[in-house]
Amino acid sequence: MHRFANPARFQRFSAAALPWFAGAAILCLGAGLYFSLFRSPADYQQGETVRIMYVHVPAAWMALFAYLVVAAGSVSALVWKHPLGEVVARAAAPIGAGFTLVCLVTGSLWGKPMWGAWWVWDARLTSVLVLFFLYLGYMALLGAFDDPVRGGRAASILAIVGVVNLPVIKWSVDWWNTLHQPASVARMDGPTIHPSMLLPLLLMAAGFGFYFAAVLLLRVRAELAARRIRALRLAAMEVEA
Amino acid sequence: MTRKRRRLLVLAVALGLLGASTALVLSAFQDSLVFFYSPSDVVAKGPPGDRSFRLGGLVEPASVARSADGRQVTFRVTDGANAIAVAYRGILPDLFREGQGVVTEGRMLADGRFEAREVLAKHDETYMPREVADALKKSGHWKEGEPAPVGGRPAARP
Repeated sequence: MHRFANPARFQRFSAAALPWFAGAAILCLGAGLYFSLFRSPADYQQGETVRIMYVHVPAAWMALFAYLVVAAGSVSALVWKHPLGEVVARAAAPIGAGFTLVCLVTGSLWGKPMWGAWWVWDARLTSVLVLFFLYLGYMALLGAFDDPVRGGRAASILAIVGVVNLPVIKWSVDWWNTLHQPASVARMDGPTIHPSMLLPLLLMAAGFGFYFAAVLLLRVRAELAARRIRALRLAAMEVEA
Repeated sequence: MTRKRRRLLVLAVALGLLGASTALVLSAFQDSLVFFYSPSDVVAKGPPGDRSFRLGGLVEPASVARSADGRQVTFRVTDGANAIAVAYRGILPDLFREGQGVVTEGRMLADGRFEAREVLAKHDETYMPREVADALKKSGHWKEGEPAPVGGRPAARP
C-alpha cells in the first residue's frame, strides 16, 4: 500500500486499472441483474419480494466496506501523513454514504410488505442509520473550518471514532433481539441461502465492489488533478506579482 | 520513539479505550436495547406495569382464532417454554401464519392477556425456492412449525 502512496505512481496505476474495474462492474452488474430478476426462484416465504435482497444486501456490505476505507485513509493521514490517505478517505465518503442510503431505502421498501412496517427502531436499523449520520458528519466536518488542514484532522478523528459502530452493526442481530433476521451469508455454519439465490447475490456484490473501486479511483484522480490546477494557479499568480 | 510511532500509539490506546467503553455502555443497556421481550422474559420479570412494550416469539400452531366478524384475532405467542395469549384488532402482515415469528406491540391486560396495537412479522435468515421447501417437507427432513433447515439442506442432527 505504501508503494501507491506516491501520487505519481498512483496516477499511473489508476489510469491502467480504471477501465478494467469499470468493465468488470458493468459485466457483473449486468449478469447479476439478469440472474436476480429473471433466472432466480421466488422465495418459499417471501415470494417475489425477496429480489429486493439482491440490491439491499450488497449495498449494506459496501456501506460497511467503504467506511473501513474512509477510516483506514484517515489513520494513514493522521499517523503517517500520507499525501494520498486523506484524498482516498475524502473520495470514499460520499460513495459510502450513497450505498448506506440505498441500503436504508431498499430496506424500508422491503420491510413494509414483509414485516408490516417501513421502519422500526431495532438495533440493526438504528446502527445503520448512525452509520449514515457518521458519513454525513465526516463530510460536513471536512468543510467546517476555514483552514482545510484543521477540518481534515477533525473529520479524520470522527471517522476513526466511528469504527466502533461497525462491529455493532455486524453483530447487532446476534447480541440483541431484533426484528431484522440474523446473517445469512457470513456465518460460521455456512450460508442459509439456497445456491440458486446465492449466485445472483454474489454476482451483484462483485458488481457493487468493482463499481466502488472504479468510482473511488475516478474521484481520487479528479481530486489530484484539482490540487495540481490549484498549485499551478498559485504559481502563476506569484510570477505575475 | 519517533513522532509517527507516538501518534500510532496514542491512536491505538484511544481506540482501545473507546472500544472498551462502548462495550461497557452497550452491555449496561442490554435490557433496553432489545427490540422485544420473549414470553419467558415477561413471565420471569413480570410485565412492565401499564407501560406499552413489545412481545415477540412464534405464533403457536393451532392457536389462531378469529371472531365472527373476522376483525378480532386471538393467538398465542410462544418461545417454546412459555406462551402468552394475544388479542389484536386490525390488519395482519402477509407473512403472519402459525409457526411464524411475530413481534407485537401493546400492553398486558389485567386478565393476563396481551392486547396488541400492532403486529409485525419476523422472518428467519433462510432463503430457498418453494419447490425445495416443499421437497424437504415431503421427505420428512423438515416439519411444519420447526425452524427451516440450514441452506436448504437437511439440518445436521447432533
